[in-house]
Amino acid sequence: MQLTLEFGGGLELLCDSVKIHKVSVEPQNGAEMLTMKDLLTWVRTNLIKERPEMFMKGDTVRPGVLVLVNDCDWELSGQLNTTLEDKDVVVFISTLHGG
Amino acid sequence: MESKYGDASEIRREIEALKATRNDIDTRISALEAQLQEISLQNGNDAVSNGSFCPPISGLESGFGHDLTPEMIYRYSRHLLLPSFGVQGQSNLLKSSVLVVGAGGLGSPALLYLAACGVGRLGIVDNDVVELNNMHRQIIHTEEYIGRPKVKSAAAACRSINSTIKIVEHKEALRASNALEIMSQYDLVVDATDNAPSRYMISDCCVVLGKPLVSGAAVGLEGQLTVYNYNGGPCYRCLFPTPPPSTACQRCSDSGVLGVVPGVIGCLQALEAIKIASAVGEPLSGRMLLFDALSARIRIVKIRGRSLQCEVCSENASFSKEQFQEFDYEKFTQTPLSSSPLKLNLLQADSRISSKEYKERIVNGEAHVLVDVRPKHHFRIVCLPRSLNIPLPSLEARVHEISSALEKEGKTNSGSGAQLYVLCRRGNDSQRAVQYLHKIGFTSAKDIVGGLEGWARDVDPSLPMY
Ligand SMILES: [Zn+2]
Repeated sequence: MQLTLEFGGGLELLCDSVKIHKVSVEPQNGAEMLTMKDLLTWVRTNLIKERPEMFMKGDTVRPGVLVLVNDCDWELSGQLNTTLEDKDVVVFISTLHGG
Repeated sequence: MESKYGDASEIRREIEALKATRNDIDTRISALEAQLQEISLQNGNDAVSNGSFCPPISGLESGFGHDLTPEMIYRYSRHLLLPSFGVQGQSNLLKSSVLVVGAGGLGSPALLYLAACGVGRLGIVDNDVVELNNMHRQIIHTEEYIGRPKVKSAAAACRSINSTIKIVEHKEALRASNALEIMSQYDLVVDATDNAPSRYMISDCCVVLGKPLVSGAAVGLEGQLTVYNYNGGPCYRCLFPTPPPSTACQRCSDSGVLGVVPGVIGCLQALEAIKIASAVGEPLSGRMLLFDALSARIRIVKIRGRSLQCEVCSENASFSKEQFQEFDYEKFTQTPLSSSPLKLNLLQADSRISSKEYKERIVNGEAHVLVDVRPKHHFRIVCLPRSLNIPLPSLEARVHEISSALEKEGKTNSGSGAQLYVLCRRGNDSQRAVQYLHKIGFTSAKDIVGGLEGWARDVDPSLPMY
């Protein structure tokens, strides 16, 4: 299925400074649905070019990264268990502290 | 043309003398203004205008059904003309108090608008002085204030926009030890700081005191904005229970920032503060605004509500004032509260060399290679002669360039092999680079202590700094 993945707040530096990625990802291991857990693994393997520890910690995103599925905090949709649909937009954004 | 002044230096001397006199006068004026304000506030909120007293025809007794004086009505008339804001909104605003923490890139426009719009009491906390490299974004300050406290500069600017409100100067760094005392004097808080420990500390303090918090941040070409702890909404810790690794926190002094970006966010912070203080509209609580200046896009996303697991604001949490005061925010975030840059000490003394010593070795004609590990766009701003730019992240891949440079240098200068020195901006990345170089066999590599900044300070003050 087609997904739009966006990186911001400095996370784009981990993927060749490209902020928006139009990608095609299929459900993993013969499953019917693609979950955020699968997508994170896919992103780490296919998009993150350097310092993966700046993106993930354990099997989830590192502290300080907000994940938004269709402009909505993934805490509200089940975090790693959120299931994705065709044309979903997933945003990974690092919280900023500067001013 | 013949001038009555002999030369430029005489003119400069007189300018300096006049400036010093002006500073004294400014200080005296602000002290007197504060005194006058104190008196007029005690005498029942009579507004003090430029030279003329508004007659006390105001007040509920005036028969207008509100307590705005004629001068207030005229000054804020465009607010009063807004059907959704009107007399009630302005009246609420005039009775409110707002604390802005940080008079920098975010605080500058936030403070200007909050002063202009008529927040009754406006507090400013900051412990820094105005620097030349602040001026491109911290638009509340003017050149004449360079070297003087930001709080003084910001307060003077606010007073010159609106002399009828109370401006309170807190010339100190906000810490867990003084935050309760300062923040408890205000209805709501604007976080315009620039570091992670301050953000946790301010949010926790707002939870403990039950104050809404307007939080903004900006780095590079991006900004973020939300309202925490408002009407049962989430606090900063609900969103970020665990602090990010300190290496993930970009700072404007390292990553750069386009001046107008914090300006946009600071204006929006003023707007949210005005909405809350006047009880008009729908504050940005439970939502977050993400601003991407480069692609001209603003995204407003829905964020989680108050977390049941939050260690500070959830119903089960028992985070007391005492716990707050004892909480070590610097340790929690592994980041200092002050904006002073990190000073690493990773290497043995014999693997380091001072910039003065390095200068001597150049003078003595020692065969050597100088590797500058700063990013390419830093190198383009300023660099030392004959230095080889290999940014730290690409060091591993480009080690062969160092080997061949050493070989070439060793041959041309008939010595017994060339020395290897590593330089960066402040002397942290150069140590990381030397650590790596030692590991892969360049055992005599040395870092230049203090980096380019040290060189500019101790050897060549004419080197431009950024
Ligand atoms: Zn919370």
